[in-house]
Amino acid sequence: MLVNEAWLKEFVDYSIPTDTLTEKLTMAGLEVDSVNPAAEEFTGVVVGQVMSVDAHPNADKLRLCKVSIGTGDLVDIVCGASNVRVNLRIPVATVGAVLPGNFKIKKSKLRGEPSHGMLCSEAELGLADSAEGLMELPDDAPVGEDIRDYLQLNDTIIEVDLTPNRADCLSIEGVAREIACFAGSDFKPASAPQIKSTLDNVVNVTVEAPADCPRYLGRVIKGLDRSAPTPIWMQEKLRRCGQRSLGPLVDVTNYVLLELGQPLHAFDLNKINGDLVVRRARNNEKLTLLNEQEITLDKDVLLITDQQQALALAGVMGGASSAVNDQTQDVFLECAFFTPITIAGKSRKFGLHTDASHRFERGVDPELCYRALDRAVQLLTQIAGGQVGPLTDVSSAECLPSQQKVGLRFERIERVLGIKLKEEVVESYFTSLGMTVEKEQNQWLVQAPSYRFDIAIEADLIEEIARLYGYDNLPQNSLNVSGCLASVEEKIQPLDRIKDLLVDLGYQEAITYSFTDEASLKSLTPKDEVYRLKNPISADLSVMRTTLWAGLLQAMDANIKRNEDTVRFFETGLKFTLVNGELQQQQMLSLLITGNVRPEQWGESLAEVDFYDVKSDIESIFALNGLAGDYQFKAAQHDALHPGQTAEISNKAGESVGYMGLIHPALESEFDIKKPVYLVELNLSLIQSQQIPVFEEISKYPSVRRDLALIVDESQAVSDITDYICQQKGLIQNVLVFDVYQGKGIENGRKSIALGLILQDKSKTLVELEIDELLNKLLINLKDSFNAQLRG
Amino acid sequence: MRERSVDLSLIYLDQAKDSHVENSLENIVEQAETELKLADSLSALENIRVSYLGKKGVFTRQMKTLGSLPAEERPKVGATINQAKQQFQGLLEQRKTLLENELLSKRLQEETIDVTLPGRGQSVGGVHPVTRTMRRIEQIFNRIGFDVAMGPEVEDDFHNFEALNIPAHHPARAMHDTFYFDEHTLLRTHTSPVQIRVMENSEPPLKIIAPGRVYRCDSDITHTPMFHQVEGFVVDKNINFADLKGVISEFLKAFFEKDVKVRFRPSYFPFTEPSAEVDIECVMCEGKGCRVCGQTGWLEVLGCGMIHPEVFGHINIDPDEYTGFAFGMGVERLTMLRYKINDLRLFFENDLKFLRQFN
Repeated sequence: MLVNEAWLKEFVDYSIPTDTLTEKLTMAGLEVDSVNPAAEEFTGVVVGQVMSVDAHPNADKLRLCKVSIGTGDLVDIVCGASNVRVNLRIPVATVGAVLPGNFKIKKSKLRGEPSHGMLCSEAELGLADSAEGLMELPDDAPVGEDIRDYLQLNDTIIEVDLTPNRADCLSIEGVAREIACFAGSDFKPASAPQIKSTLDNVVNVTVEAPADCPRYLGRVIKGLDRSAPTPIWMQEKLRRCGQRSLGPLVDVTNYVLLELGQPLHAFDLNKINGDLVVRRARNNEKLTLLNEQEITLDKDVLLITDQQQALALAGVMGGASSAVNDQTQDVFLECAFFTPITIAGKSRKFGLHTDASHRFERGVDPELCYRALDRAVQLLTQIAGGQVGPLTDVSSAECLPSQQKVGLRFERIERVLGIKLKEEVVESYFTSLGMTVEKEQNQWLVQAPSYRFDIAIEADLIEEIARLYGYDNLPQNSLNVSGCLASVEEKIQPLDRIKDLLVDLGYQEAITYSFTDEASLKSLTPKDEVYRLKNPISADLSVMRTTLWAGLLQAMDANIKRNEDTVRFFETGLKFTLVNGELQQQQMLSLLITGNVRPEQWGESLAEVDFYDVKSDIESIFALNGLAGDYQFKAAQHDALHPGQTAEISNKAGESVGYMGLIHPALESEFDIKKPVYLVELNLSLIQSQQIPVFEEISKYPSVRRDLALIVDESQAVSDITDYICQQKGLIQNVLVFDVYQGKGIENGRKSIALGLILQDKSKTLVELEIDELLNKLLINLKDSFNAQLRG
Repeated sequence: MRERSVDLSLIYLDQAKDSHVENSLENIVEQAETELKLADSLSALENIRVSYLGKKGVFTRQMKTLGSLPAEERPKVGATINQAKQQFQGLLEQRKTLLENELLSKRLQEETIDVTLPGRGQSVGGVHPVTRTMRRIEQIFNRIGFDVAMGPEVEDDFHNFEALNIPAHHPARAMHDTFYFDEHTLLRTHTSPVQIRVMENSEPPLKIIAPGRVYRCDSDITHTPMFHQVEGFVVDKNINFADLKGVISEFLKAFFEKDVKVRFRPSYFPFTEPSAEVDIECVMCEGKGCRVCGQTGWLEVLGCGMIHPEVFGHINIDPDEYTGFAFGMGVERLTMLRYKINDLRLFFENDLKFLRQFN
C-alpha cells in the first residue's frame, strides 16, 4: 500500500525525518518496501495563466500564447497542445527551468516566433507516464507560485507491505495512528462531518443475510454537477497513492477508501429498480461486472440486488447495469460492513482482486461506516453539489462482531517474552494503542478499540507489548539445552553417506521438479497411474512424477546440448504413485549415467559406460552398508528399459528394491538419446539398512586359491553358479569371476567362465588332497545342477 | 674369471709353502683388487667372493695350511692370513657399495617420470548446492541437539493450513499460492506441517528441524514453483522469545561464519505469535545498500515466532504448560547469499557448469 507523508501529516503531527519514520514503521511491523519522492526533481516551474492565444503564422498546429507568470510582463510562449485556451491556468516552465531528465528551458524561436518558456503537461513534469495535453490547473491557482509549492510536490511516497492481521492500517488514518503511537506524536483523527439531508429520497434496503452484512448504510444524492472536475489536490493525493483520477464520483469513493479504509460503492440511482436486497446468490445466477466480465454465481456469494436483477458482488465489485458514468447525476452511495468470512476467497474465486475485497476480507472497522459515508457525502457535494437524502441504516446488532475484553495474566509476559515489565509500563502501552485496561487480581482485562478487531487472545496482547517494547530491545539467550543424549541408530545408513559415496564415484547431484509432463511418464512408467495437479503452472509441470528418471533425462538432455559428453547424475526425492487409488509417496534414489566410464585422460583409452560399470556403483552402496551379499540382481523387464539389459534388484527379504538397466531403444527418439543411457531407481528406505558388524575370528592358516574354468550354456546366469558355490559353506570363503569367454574353442551356445575360489580352514592348513576332494565333489554337483563342464 | 682366480690361488699356495707368506698374501690381495675392479655386476662380484672366501676359496685353503705349520708359527701366519682376508673383504664391500650405488642411480634414472602429467582416475562429483546448505544448517542445529524430521510433500489441508491456524479463506492463504489435487489435498506450501506431524506423535521437550521441498504456484525471475525450506521448532516448559532470538542470531552467525548484524522486526504468521521476520545486514554490501538488498542494507532471511496457542490446541499440547518457538527459512535464499548466486532459476536447471562450482 502506498501512503504519502503530506497526507499522513494531516492526521499526525510528527517531525522525524523520513528515514527515521520508515525505520520506525518497519520495526513496528509495517514493513516499508520502498520510499520515493512524490515528483521527480525539477525547478523553475510556476503557475501561469494564458492571457491570449493567436495562430502561428508559419505552423498550423502551433499557437502563439501570451502568458502571465505573476511578474507583470507577459511571456511569449509557443505551444502545440490542443487544450490551450485563454484564461487556462497551467504549469509554466520559465527560462532557466530544469525539467525531469535534465531538460533545460532556454529562450528560443519556434518556426521564427520567440518562445520564452514552455507550458507543461503532467508527463513533462514527471507526474504521469503520459499525458494528452497541458496539465490544467484550477482557476484559483495562484499565478506565479512555484508549482512544487502549489502541488506540495516536496512529498514522499512510502510503500508499506502490510501483513494480513493489520487491516486497521489499510488507510492513511490507520498508518497515521500507528505513527502517532511509535513517534510519540499527537494523532488527529478525522472528525465526522455533519450531513444535513436536503431531500426525502431514500432507497429502501432489505438485508436478508444479516450475518453476512450486519450493517448497510446508504444515502441518495441527486443533482450532481456532471461537469465538475475532481479538484487538483484530490487528484494529486490519489496519484500518490497509486490511483488514477476517474471523475469525482469514483475519485471520492477511492479517496475515502484510502483515507479511512472504508470501501464504498456508488449505484446510478436511475438504474436501480425498486428496493435493494442484500442476499446470497442463487446457484447459477449471473452477474455482469463493471469490467464487463460475466460471472456465474452460487449460494456462497453475497449480492446486492434490486427487484429485477443482481447489481453488485457485495464487497468485491459493482455490476455493469447500475454503474455510474460521465452522465450520472443521481446516485445511491453504499457504505456497508460485510463480514470477512463472507468476502474471503470470493475475489480469488473469480480472479478479481479489488481494493474493496482486499479490505473486507481482512476486516473493516464496523463502526467506521457512519463516518466514512458522511465523509464521502461531504466531499462529493463539495465538489459536485447535489442534494442529499436521509441515511438508510440497516444494522443487525446481534450480527455485528462483538469485541470481548481480552485477559492478560501478569506472569505471561515474562514467560513468553523473557522480560519483566512494570505494570504501569504495560498499561501505558495499551493506552497508547487506544485500548482500555482494567486490572484484576492476576490479570489485566483489555478492551481494544473497534478498529483493532485482530486483538482476540492473550498472545495478541503480548505481541503488542513486544512491538512497543521493541523486538530489538528484547533480551536474547543462548538456548538452555535440556534432554538426554539420544541413541544413534546405526542400522540405518545416513542418506548423506550414500550421497557422498556417489559423489566420490563421480556423480553430480541433481534436483529436478517433482512435477513433470505426463507424456514422459507415460513412456517411462506406462502402467503407473499419475497423480494430477488441479492447477498446474504449465502443462509440462502438471503431474507428479512416478519416476525420477523423467527429470533426470531432461537435465541430461540440456547438458548434452551444452556439449557435455558425460553425465552422471543422481537425485533423491519422492515419487508419487497411486496404488489402488491410494497415493504413495516413496523416497527414491535414482541414477542416470551416459558417456564415458572415466573422464578422457592420457594412458587410458576412452570407454563408454556399460551395464557393469553402473552395477558396480550400486554394489558399492550395498558394500558400504556391509550387506553386499544380501542383494540380488535378476534379469527382469521394465517398460523403460532394454529387455536384455534390465535387472531387478531385491533384498534378502525378497522385496523389490528397484531396477537398473539400459534405456529402452524404443524411447531413444522421444528423449533425443544418441548414446547409451543407463538408469537406476532404488527405493531408498530399502537400501539404507546397514549391518552392524559382529567380529569373527581371523583364521591364522593360509588361504589357497584354485581357479576353475567352466563351460556352461550361454544363457546360464553366472550368479546362479557363484551363489551355489558360496552356499557350499565350509572351506570356500569367496568366489570371484575373473573371465567370461565365448568364441573360438568353445562350442556354439556355450560360454566359458573362469572362477577363482578362495579356500581356507579356520583350524588347520589345507592339504592338496582335501582341496582336490572338495573340488571334485563340487564339479560333479555343478555338472548336475548347471550342466557345467570343466574346460579342458 | 673363476678359473683364473683358482689358478692364482694355486700359485699362491706354492709361494706359501715357500714361507713367503706375507709377500704372497700381498700379491693375492693385489690380484683380488684387480679382479674386483674388473667386476661390473653384483653376480661377478659374488663369484669373486666365492673364489676367495667360499669353501674352496683362496683364503679358506690358506687357513687349512696352518695345520701343517709348526705350532709356534701358526698364530703369526694365521693373523697375517686374517689380515689379508679382512683387507679383501673391505675391498669387496667397497666395490659392492659402488656397484649397488651405480645400479640404484641407473634404476632411479630409468624410473623417473613426469610428475606434472595429470593423475588418472575417476573425477569426483558433488552434491547440489541446496544439499550443501541444508547440511550446514543441519550440522549447526545438530550441535545443540536438534533432531531431523521429515514429512510428506503431498499434504492435507489440515496439516498444511488448518492446524497451523490458517482456516479456509484466511487472507494468509493468499500468501501461499497453493497447488491443489482436490479440495483437501495439496502440495505443502511450507515445511511447517512437519511441526504438526511431529507434535502429533511425540511429547515435548522437542527440538526439531525439518528440511525439505515445498511448492508454490508461482514462477518468475525470483520464484520457482518448487523450492526448499528448513523448518525448526522447540517446545519445552520454559521457552521464551529470548531463546528464539538467541538461537536465530547464533545460527545466522554460525552459518555466515561472521559476526553478522541481525535484526528482528514484528511480522505476522498465523501459526506464531508474537511473530518476527529476521533481517541480516546485507552480506553483499555490508549494509551500505545495494541492488540485492534493495538499497535498505538489510536482507530478510527467515520468519519465526512463538508457537501460537491455537496450534498447540490442535495437537493437544497445553499452552499454559508448554511454550515453544518455530522458525522457517528458505534454503535457496541462504545459498544465494552464501555463495553469491544471482539467479534463483539456476538451482533447477541442473547445468553441470553450475553444479560443479559447488564440488
